[in-house]
Amino acid sequence: MNNSKQEQARFAQMVKAASPDSRLALDCARAFVVGGAICTVGQFITNSFMSYGFVKTDASMYTAVILIFFGVLLTGIGVYDNLGKFAGAGSFVPITGFANAMAAPAIEYKREGYVLGVGAKMFIVAGPVIVYGIAASVVCGAVYYIIT
Amino acid sequence: MNKNLGRQSVAFENCITVTSVASVVGKKEGEGPLGARFDEVHEDAMLGKKSWEQGEAEFLKKALEKAAEKASLTQADIDYVVAGDLMNQSTSSSFVLRDMPVPFFGIFGACSAFGEGLGLGSVILDGGFARHVLVGAASHFCAAEKQFRFPLELGGQRPLTATWTVTGAGAAVLSLGGEGPYVRGITTGKIIDMGVKDMANMGAAMAPAAADTMAAHLREFGRSPGYYDVIATGDLGYVGRELVVELMAEQGYDIRANYTDCGIEIYDQQTQDTHSGGSGCACSAVTFAAMYYPKLVSGELRRVLLIPTGALGNQTTALQGESIPGIAHAVVIESAGA
Repeated sequence: MNNSKQEQARFAQMVKAASPDSRLALDCARAFVVGGAICTVGQFITNSFMSYGFVKTDASMYTAVILIFFGVLLTGIGVYDNLGKFAGAGSFVPITGFANAMAAPAIEYKREGYVLGVGAKMFIVAGPVIVYGIAASVVCGAVYYIIT
Repeated sequence: MNKNLGRQSVAFENCITVTSVASVVGKKEGEGPLGARFDEVHEDAMLGKKSWEQGEAEFLKKALEKAAEKASLTQADIDYVVAGDLMNQSTSSSFVLRDMPVPFFGIFGACSAFGEGLGLGSVILDGGFARHVLVGAASHFCAAEKQFRFPLELGGQRPLTATWTVTGAGAAVLSLGGEGPYVRGITTGKIIDMGVKDMANMGAAMAPAAADTMAAHLREFGRSPGYYDVIATGDLGYVGRELVVELMAEQGYDIRANYTDCGIEIYDQQTQDTHSGGSGCACSAVTFAAMYYPKLVSGELRRVLLIPTGALGNQTTALQGESIPGIAHAVVIESAGA
């Protein structure tokens, strides 16, 4: 076996055949159930606030705060990573996943100090989401401005 | 006399004995199939230290001390320490050697470190430059995840091709003379890179290197796979093992009867959620120490070919789109009666 392009391509085929695929149907089902459950809890919290007379925007904001709190709490006590292992995108996409993505590196890099450890490394997972989230919002805002 | 057999292999003239071995591992390894055979199993992954990195160093320290103690050697009796680990710049090894005033060769071969160490240690002994060489290798799941992948508490899924870094350290005392088991020869690996870029499929990245070294070894020593009771690669796991079997078959070698991988032996795939198996510097070191060495001493196994394997990329090179170079070093260990 040499490392020519042909041999590399042939080996890539062998690797593909030898590597087990992820369990797509099962993973999707779990993500749907857990992601849906988290969002349902969020909706329940929003509705509860609104039933006590809060306007929708305020109720949504408090819901986000509560969900973030529980995302961080469950990360801190070592539950959220197991949830993520089970649910994949189902627990990563909701706002609790974003909280997990901030809290996990914050815990991990505490040993490296509060400035260059926690402060800097906190964004290693969530950073790209923030950067490209803001960039996408700007683009969408511009498009919205033009078409209205 | 010329000790070189071909391009990569060396047969030793002198008797080089593996005088003692030691294995110190973490909780998960202790719960695996080899659990009862390790010298020490520790529940605390930090071993009372303040970080996982310090924990890795402490595992190595305990393994080195244990191996020396079993061989009834003091630090003054040991001529060289040859050790490696998985941390950047091999810091774990250097930190351990702070408290050990012994000449030190720090080696980097990623997870092939134990094979590289046994090989270099044997060369030093066969050359007559030492009486006793202490070899060690360590890795740590948490420290490796932190350095190479994501924070531990991040909720995500590991691909089924991923392997699980062994937390622990293995060590061996090599001595000139003695009563065996003997290191009879080595085949030093070449860097082989077949273009695998997937950091979550290290077994595939290293498999071509393992097969290349294995085939070179058999060719240069003029042996068939059946010469060995066991051929064990270091940490390819299930995916890598299957690829090695295929690659060897292409070269006309049927190795299915006696070939396994330390990453397959160390964990129970069904119950321990390790996906493709174990990996890390400690994988081949502790599996050899706990599983193969005692059988070589008792004579249950007569000839073992241990081939620790290493994937030599880092996170920066992976992000830059580089493929992962692999390496594998073969070491022949035979019982006194073989």
